[in-house]
Amino acid sequence: MREDSALTTYLALMAVFVPFSLVSIGGGPSVFAPMQREAVDVRNWMSAREFIEIFAIARVAPGPGSMLATLIGWKVSGWGGALVATAAIFVPSSLLCLGVSNVWNRYRGRSWHKALETGLAPIGTGLMFAGVLAIFRLAGAGPLAWGTAIVVAGLLTWRPKMHPFALLLLGAVAFNVALLAGR
Amino acid sequence: MPPTTVSEKPVVPLPTIIRVFFWIGFFSFGGGLTAWIHSQVVQRYHWMEEEDFMSGVALAQVLPGANVTNLCVYVGYRLRGYLGATATLVSLISGPTVLCVLVAMAYHRVSEYPVLQACVDGVAAAAVGLNLRLGIIGGKRVIRRIAPTVAMIATFLAVGVFEWPLVPVVLVVAPLSVAAVWPRKEADA
Repeated sequence: MREDSALTTYLALMAVFVPFSLVSIGGGPSVFAPMQREAVDVRNWMSAREFIEIFAIARVAPGPGSMLATLIGWKVSGWGGALVATAAIFVPSSLLCLGVSNVWNRYRGRSWHKALETGLAPIGTGLMFAGVLAIFRLAGAGPLAWGTAIVVAGLLTWRPKMHPFALLLLGAVAFNVALLAGR
Repeated sequence: MPPTTVSEKPVVPLPTIIRVFFWIGFFSFGGGLTAWIHSQVVQRYHWMEEEDFMSGVALAQVLPGANVTNLCVYVGYRLRGYLGATATLVSLISGPTVLCVLVAMAYHRVSEYPVLQACVDGVAAAAVGLNLRLGIIGGKRVIRRIAPTVAMIATFLAVGVFEWPLVPVVLVVAPLSVAAVWPRKEADA
């Protein structure tokens, strides 16, 4: 890959990720499978094993799951590739969202806009609950994970001003205690 | 002529927006970002109303792209227009972009330690707890009226329990949900 000029590589990254950005309806994970096909089978950027590693890293590292693209870009051509891939996966969908937000805001205050908002809000809420269930299904979570989530939700209900970071730290501590106890 | 604004809230300073979203991105392990954004934007700073935010969550999920970056763009645009949207997006993803590459560089050294794995799993579980709490906050408002309650439960069952594809579900539920709360008289807006 090194013999390619950087520009060719960047263009290839854009050619892969810009379309993915615009079709990833429902969020980044919806295009992870086609991303794998493209990176491993079509473009031969990495082996299947390397892809799985990158996937794990994207889950461990902060940021949206779509940072998978960032890591593919990095693997292909270092920091430059990482930046190009990041822009390619996030900018097109963000522009689209900006357009929709613009239209959405223009009509704020109208009674039908209020109705749209009132009608859409419960769907957002329903999706939050569905997301909780989906994450746990994906991770094959046990009672420890459920317990941690419920305790965190409970603590936040009791003390709404608690900093989210303290609660995330609590989760890490709980799992490490369980790890030690399990030995 | 300046557009009539609905809220009389003071303009939110850009540096504050950048700072808040940078830290959200920086510490956003495990996917509790939506809840974290909510806790800062709605609960701590009162920049937005609950329903305004939750309808943004729905839009962000339906549109293509990462849900959280869409939500950032929505919130940023709402607060400060195009500049705000750029600020929230760039500040949210700049930290994680650098961090995830650094993690990838160090990965082979750290992946052997079960303690780190436990940290990752624990943080992810706690992040789910943040989302659960956000669902409860939204749910409390929703259950005051029958139609939104039905819409919420239907969405949860279809997407969460039956695992039907999100977009068709929303395309069916959203019009019904909106129609049920559509204003009867134009006068009482």
